[in-house]
Amino acid sequence: MTRLSQTPSQTVGPFFHYALTEHPIDELDPDGQAGEAIVVHGSVRDGAGDVVGDAMVEVWQADGGGRYKHPADGRTADVPSAFIGFGRVATARESGEFRVTTVMPGTVPGPGGSVQAPHLNVHVFARGLLHPVHTRIYFAEAAANDDDPVLASVPAQRRDTLLARPDADEGGLPRYRFDIVLQGEGETVFFDA
Amino acid sequence: MSTIGYRRRDEAANPSYDHPDYKSTVLRHPKQPLVALDHTLSEVTGPGPALAEVMPEDADLTTNAGTGTEAMGERIIVTGRVLDEDGLPQPRTLVEIWQCNAAGRYIHEGDQHPAPLDPNFIGRGRCVTDDDGTYRFLTIKPGAYPWRNHPNAWRPAHIHFSLFGPAFVTRLVTQMYFPGDPLHELDPIMGAVAPEHRRRMIADYDHAVTEQEWALGYRWDVVLRGPEATPFEAGGAGALA
Repeated sequence: MTRLSQTPSQTVGPFFHYALTEHPIDELDPDGQAGEAIVVHGSVRDGAGDVVGDAMVEVWQADGGGRYKHPADGRTADVPSAFIGFGRVATARESGEFRVTTVMPGTVPGPGGSVQAPHLNVHVFARGLLHPVHTRIYFAEAAANDDDPVLASVPAQRRDTLLARPDADEGGLPRYRFDIVLQGEGETVFFDA
Repeated sequence: MSTIGYRRRDEAANPSYDHPDYKSTVLRHPKQPLVALDHTLSEVTGPGPALAEVMPEDADLTTNAGTGTEAMGERIIVTGRVLDEDGLPQPRTLVEIWQCNAAGRYIHEGDQHPAPLDPNFIGRGRCVTDDDGTYRFLTIKPGAYPWRNHPNAWRPAHIHFSLFGPAFVTRLVTQMYFPGDPLHELDPIMGAVAPEHRRRMIADYDHAVTEQEWALGYRWDVVLRGPEATPFEAGGAGALA
């Protein structure tokens, strides 16, 4: 069979908000059934250190038990019904900040019997990004990071860019900060997946 | 790590991050090498299958403003199939679109182009593909509009498309263009794609889609990344061991 050619990616542009994030998906576990509630927030910055106030951040994650709501995960039936694991928010125009309330994901099976540390999978879209950048948010204090096969594949001096740091609690919820740097000093690790 | 999952992004068909003719890329493209990531359960799953809640009226941009009055402009039908690289239809996947109005103005607050807004056009729509992978929208043809990338810069008429597909790595945001537009050759966003692949972003006029005394028809298929020859076995933890 002749293989079809992938449709090329194009930028999301500056005018997506009214279509994609007017109703942000920023509360991932509305029923509070999927795990330990946490806040994840941060900013997006460009190569000049300026905030990117017109980006869109999408996250995809497992529930507190490390299960994805998806048919490829054989345990998906055990994921609480109100939890999809998907978030989608725009960065704030003035501050470049984004924020979601979610749950701490569990560990996820990795290749060859390995275990992936708790993480959120992230796409960032923006004007000037001809296709999204793909990264992961890990949690600095997680013991499982030491055995995570993906973190191990990242040059050691850049691993810190994938770690969210504990922040002040917010309304009693643990809060973690993850700043995304698109370019330059402290550039976030982006994946070719 | 084993090599399970989806085919890689086709570097020939896709733009690079760094495309200086499109000025916004200059400070926003990564300069460090990307880190290769073999697909795990995190990449072969994704929100697509769970995002399928739409209303039929969401696919009609000529009336979904809900004002009771139709949007102004040339009424068009935009339809096609969402496929993977093997040509397999992608059923029940969310397709979101957004566009400017017939005068070339987005309803977005950031759009200051002095062209009229249309109170009966909200410029966004969504639908879910059917069992055959087919999507279908009724809308109005968007106008061209100026931007500040370079002197006398104009974007060719286009509709923004957002698709999820089955996995995190099949996510696609792109733009659909219209055939025969002289602005194609002048547009640095379209121009970020190699010439032989630009055609993949241009819809075909299709007289079989056109409806008599009603609307012109355009057909445009979207091809998402497909699974690798060795399919990922469903089953979660066990399949990965």
